[in-house]
Amino acid sequence: MKHLDVSAIKDGSVIDHIDNKSTLKVADILNIQNEEQVVLVGMNLKSKLLGKKGIIKIGGKIIDQKEVNKIALIAPNATVNIIKDYEVVKKFNVAVPEVIEGIVKCFNPNCVSNYNNVTSQLNVVNKNPIRLECHYCERIMSAKDILLI
Amino acid sequence: MVSFKQRDIISIRHFNKEELLYILDLAKQMERTTYTDTLKDKILASLFFEPSTRTRLSFESAMQRLGGMVIGFADSGITSVAKGESLRDSVKIIEGYCDIIVLRHYLEGSAQLAADVVNIPVINAGDGANQHPTQTFLDLYTIQKTKGALEGLTIGFLGDLKYGRTVHSLAYALAYFGAEMFFISPPGLRMPRDSIDELKDRKVKCYEHESLSGISKKLDVIYCTRIQKERFADPVEFEKVRGVYRLSKAMLEELEIKKDLKILHPLPRVDEMDESLDKTNYAVYFHQARNGVPVRKAILSAVLGVIE
Ligand SMILES: [Zn+2]
Repeated sequence: MKHLDVSAIKDGSVIDHIDNKSTLKVADILNIQNEEQVVLVGMNLKSKLLGKKGIIKIGGKIIDQKEVNKIALIAPNATVNIIKDYEVVKKFNVAVPEVIEGIVKCFNPNCVSNYNNVTSQLNVVNKNPIRLECHYCERIMSAKDILLI
Repeated sequence: MVSFKQRDIISIRHFNKEELLYILDLAKQMERTTYTDTLKDKILASLFFEPSTRTRLSFESAMQRLGGMVIGFADSGITSVAKGESLRDSVKIIEGYCDIIVLRHYLEGSAQLAADVVNIPVINAGDGANQHPTQTFLDLYTIQKTKGALEGLTIGFLGDLKYGRTVHSLAYALAYFGAEMFFISPPGLRMPRDSIDELKDRKVKCYEHESLSGISKKLDVIYCTRIQKERFADPVEFEKVRGVYRLSKAMLEELEIKKDLKILHPLPRVDEMDESLDKTNYAVYFHQARNGVPVRKAILSAVLGVIE
């Protein structure tokens, strides 16, 4: 019998190969608390690639590439499977977008985006290694400076 | 074709070489007349959320010499901003009263934020430690004017290169003109790594030193900045570096220098340039301060579209 770590869903999206420690953050970014159908979140699952991984299954929702790209910074290995009637009908990897809005905090404490409810906006100047430039204060951040909101 | 009509002036990094030269040419024309009425129907709102008397007066003088009018405040302590109104709301409301906004604010990125929410042009007159583009334009103008051209110069930047935003912006702009750059500072106040890397990517020859000795004879221009005592954890360290980065007539006479060396400084100075320098042909910093008016006249005219 096929062993399932987390129950299968009939229709929806499965985000797999999430870096284990980022799983709840990813769930948060994808705003799962507002979903109406079944949502399953698994953590500490065995993974050949990552050691431990997380997985999120969202029933009834077809997630698109753009939406899932928001998680690329914290779950760069994540894959997305779109499920219809228990079958995978589409598969894709996450990709870092050109502009990151409202997910990453500018690391400059004197930046206007850290005040007055301004939504942060970081332009991706390089994807690998990751380098982000703040739209407002022009400071450049690398991976070690990235702090999620 | 270069056009500045209705553009925001936020960061020197938003302009290419052709655009920089366009403003410098226009500034030269502006210097020929003291007063015109080309902006007589225009109102400039001068919003200084932190005081900077020289920059503010220079903008206001430029606007008035073009026949325009000025409204605004010099200190946010007396406005509703002090009552917690957001910057976004403030500029959105003031937009209805004027044709152009000049903004100085202690938070970095504030001018960009303002530009994003209003439909009239915004000129950044300094956003924290980030940018002050009209200062860079006037620094370039002063170098061009006193050296005859901007191409192929050897520039020494002296003093606090870590926190000195004028240095970062000017170095960025001079990279368009094939400048060779010497960065001379105490070890703790060196040019940021990112800036050096970026200059090297743009094929600029740049070198870091701790004193002028040995390199002074190569320099066409010295851009001097203030070293602030607050930057040093240990006051003894400050006293040690102070003498090394303090320029005086006697010091220059001891060093080997070019006869036509020019010394710039964004001012105000404390004691990093001795007054003995002021009367020499090297000193152009007062001239530089005066250039703020024609350069700002050029920018206001270009942005408000009275120059095609
Ligand atoms: Zn920022």
